[in-house]
Amino acid sequence: MQDLTPLNDMAVVIEHLEGKLADISFEMLGKGRELAKVSGGRLLALLLGRGVKGLAAELGAADTVVVTEHEALAHYTPEAHKQALAAILKARPPRVTLVANTAMGMDLAAGLSGSLGWPLCAYVKDARLADGRLTAVSQIYGGKLLAHADMEGPSAILSVLAGSFPADAGKATGTPQVEEVAPPPLDKVRIRFKRLIQPEAGDVDITRQAVLVSVGRGIQSKDNIPLVEELAEALGGALSASRPIVDQGWLPKTRQVGKSGMSVKPKLYVAVGISGAPEHIEGMRGAELIVAINTDPNAPIFNVAHYGVVSDLFDVIPLLTEKIKSS
Amino acid sequence: MNIVVPVKMVPDLVEELEVDAAGHALDRSFLKLRINEFDEHALEEALLLKATHGGTVTVLALDTGEVDETLFTCLAKGADRAVKITGDFQEGVSSHAAAVVLARALGAVPHDLILTGVQAADDRDGQVGILLATALDLPHVSVVSGVEPAPGGKAATVRQEYSGGIMAELEVDLPAVLGIQAARAAPRYAPVSKVRQVMKTQKLEEIPAPPVEAGAGSTVSRLAKPETADRAEILEGSPEEVADRLLALFAERGFLKR
Ligand SMILES: Cc1cc2nc3c(=O)[nH]c(=O)nc-3n(C[C@H](O)[C@H](O)[C@H](O)COP(=O)(O)OP(=O)(O)OC[C@H]3O[C@@H](n4cnc5c(N)ncnc54)[C@H](O)[C@@H]3O)c2cc1C
Repeated sequence: MQDLTPLNDMAVVIEHLEGKLADISFEMLGKGRELAKVSGGRLLALLLGRGVKGLAAELGAADTVVVTEHEALAHYTPEAHKQALAAILKARPPRVTLVANTAMGMDLAAGLSGSLGWPLCAYVKDARLADGRLTAVSQIYGGKLLAHADMEGPSAILSVLAGSFPADAGKATGTPQVEEVAPPPLDKVRIRFKRLIQPEAGDVDITRQAVLVSVGRGIQSKDNIPLVEELAEALGGALSASRPIVDQGWLPKTRQVGKSGMSVKPKLYVAVGISGAPEHIEGMRGAELIVAINTDPNAPIFNVAHYGVVSDLFDVIPLLTEKIKSS
Repeated sequence: MNIVVPVKMVPDLVEELEVDAAGHALDRSFLKLRINEFDEHALEEALLLKATHGGTVTVLALDTGEVDETLFTCLAKGADRAVKITGDFQEGVSSHAAAVVLARALGAVPHDLILTGVQAADDRDGQVGILLATALDLPHVSVVSGVEPAPGGKAATVRQEYSGGIMAELEVDLPAVLGIQAARAAPRYAPVSKVRQVMKTQKLEEIPAPPVEAGAGSTVSRLAKPETADRAEILEGSPEEVADRLLALFAERGFLKR
């Protein structure tokens, strides 16, 4: 007979690298706790790896830490981790599974949705559970719009954008119950870990600068970059950039701010011709004072900036640099 | 090596996005579509791989509207084949449904390597590449910048980018699906004259999409601009006035003393 008990547990896929838990893991535990309170279920932390059991002590926000250890899980690879998670989740289907919308989590969230046939909402900024209905709010179109969606079915997967929930809410001491679960056979994996490559040191460490002036695709060509660099110099700061500037080869990777670049927290961050995609915002949200210059009044950067200027950077930046220099 | 690049049209984010009267979806009547920028990186990486290792590059697209020019542009850039999958996709299509359609279409297209853009601005129910890999039971790696096929073409070494500039080097058996974040060089540009010429001399292949059941697994009840209580204070005025106000702000916050 089919089990008709409604599912009410919450599960969080714990992300960690080199023995360190990622902040997003705590963000998701905090949110998972909130959802579990509504559903009346347990909060499960799913911890995969090799020699990772010790990390369970830091996951006090969960009721139970499900620990799965295996040689094939020693380093993150999308395939082995997905296979192990699919087996764990199938055995105890949660109402909601929270996965980080990171480089690691992206493969897992969509991979699990495909393998388990559970609906997925990506780029999630918020989620609510009321009267058994799960609504996920996802940030799409480069952060320009929010979609509120009602998730179908008894189990859903949400991939959560970093910075959506306070990490502190998921940092609790306490000794969660640890349940060790053997993974399914992981001997036919087609993806093998080779090595981790650490970033090269650059000429300037943008994570240590008090003032950053950041340039985005609004700059149009490499030849225009000195315009923005001069402003950075006038302010006694350094030049940083959004990803496309680095992908074009106009500035070195060490200057990149964002999800796949550096996380920076300067006292002043000036965003010049940067739209404010979620992946960029992830890396600079914590700056004390954010000023954005953009021709598009709807650019999402204005949702995080403290002060905004809606105009052409080519009109404003040279003037501003001149004024600062002669002040 | 046979490389397949599924490409997808997305709303041009430079334009104003209008939500329809019901507040559930984009108003498609004024929508300007363009190729997903990460797909341009996927195509560039495919063309560079072809240049060093030989083989073919086939571009596939669901006919979500305005795809012809995009496909001709891919041919002008150097793709060997461009296939349009026709069907009822004008109102948009979920990632889950697109993945199933592409998986079926790939039954007739040889593929050692499938490169997609890492994500698209509208794939609310997940990234198509990963769902496609799952449907085909192929390994997948997302956020890839750097693909190096091993001699013999049975595997490839790829780099997956994590935060803080850390990367993992992974070895993947082929065929595989890779979500390309950035090609090793900036995507090439096809001059309009070249695209026009290709439109006259080459043809798009068309295959009808099979009927699929898959959907997003969720229903959008509201689509709206984010309402942020603490949106930026906009400094108004001429460039001169704005520059003065910024100068005053920086002075007040102590950024000018040296
Ligand atoms: C997995 C993943 C990781 C990523 N990691 C990062 C990351 O680490 N860092 C990062 O930045 N991005 C990252 N991205 C890319 C991100 O999604 C965006 O594509 C990118 O941030 C956009 O950069 P941009 O704002 O410079 O360009 P665009 O989005 O093209 O914005 C350019 C802006 O300039 C404005 N503009 C144009 N002309 C002018 C003018 N004359 N004056 C003033 N304004 C003008 C436009 O209105 C527009 O808002 C990542 C993406 C993925 C999928």
